[in-house]
Amino acid sequence: MKRIAIFLVPLLAFAALCVFLWRGLSLTPSEVPSPFIGKPAPAFTLTQLTDEQKNFSPKDMQGKVWLLNVWASWCPACRDEHPMLIEFSRQNVVPIVGLDYRDQRDKGTEMLQEMGNPYQLIAFDGDGRVGIDYGVYGAPETFLIDKQGVIRYKHIGPITPEVLTKTLLPKIKELQNNA
Amino acid sequence: MRSLFAIVWLALLPLAGFAEEAKPVGADPALEKHVQALTSELRCLVCQNQTIADSHADLAIDLKNQVREKLAQGMSDKQVVDYMVERYGDFVLYRPPVKSTTWLLWFGPFLLLLLGLVFLAWKIKSRSAAEAQTVTEADLQRAAALLSDKKEMQ
Repeated sequence: MKRIAIFLVPLLAFAALCVFLWRGLSLTPSEVPSPFIGKPAPAFTLTQLTDEQKNFSPKDMQGKVWLLNVWASWCPACRDEHPMLIEFSRQNVVPIVGLDYRDQRDKGTEMLQEMGNPYQLIAFDGDGRVGIDYGVYGAPETFLIDKQGVIRYKHIGPITPEVLTKTLLPKIKELQNNA
Repeated sequence: MRSLFAIVWLALLPLAGFAEEAKPVGADPALEKHVQALTSELRCLVCQNQTIADSHADLAIDLKNQVREKLAQGMSDKQVVDYMVERYGDFVLYRPPVKSTTWLLWFGPFLLLLLGLVFLAWKIKSRSAAEAQTVTEADLQRAAALLSDKKEMQ
């Protein structure tokens, strides 16, 4: 009995260690769980990037399932994501609202002219205040907001085709089918 | 030698511009100290092993400004911390709060200590029991017999 334990205990301890380390390989500590999931999207009123005279407020989207995509012209990952967003916007599945985060108007506009515009409209958050209210810590970030204006999902980092088909689209469909 | 110094000094001059950035901006030194103390309890989300006080990331600077603004408005430390937690979750806190999801984190080490003590007590007990067992009545008699044999032989 004792003989067996001498071999078995370190073996089991090693196995447990392996399980933890294996799990650690697939963890992404840079993706902090958002405390906003299931909570109403914070209210704000910002001017639009394309037209300073027009405002945008999340309550304008009441009754629709929509995406709020936080981007900026200075953010390389946003540029990586951009073609994907454009393709997705062509499918007309959900309205995508942009939030130009900590950016300059002319630079933001320039990027859209250069790469195309996937957004229904873009709110301009030059000083990043709204970004802070949404707990944004690295663009791009994408919020999925339901018809009642509640944040249902947040994706941190560029939307890849895999993320779109495996996570975002099913969630969007589900929310759109709800009353 | 002097001219060498001058050259080195001149070469370092452009760096002086960068050195400026590290200084906290703000008129009130007491408030600045308070901001510094509070932000050194908060994690920078961009560079996760730095505090907001230490970090020079744009977001950290924004958040430092927010903290300064809120404190200047007369918000308490707790209100400011709650404001941050509302937005970024418990993750911003360098001292995780004690709640049901963090019990294992807080009390786990004590649990392990307790388990260790129990194991130790059990081990000591079984060892002393084993030692007690090895000296039986028969052993004593045998020992006595051996000792008396020795005496006879002398």
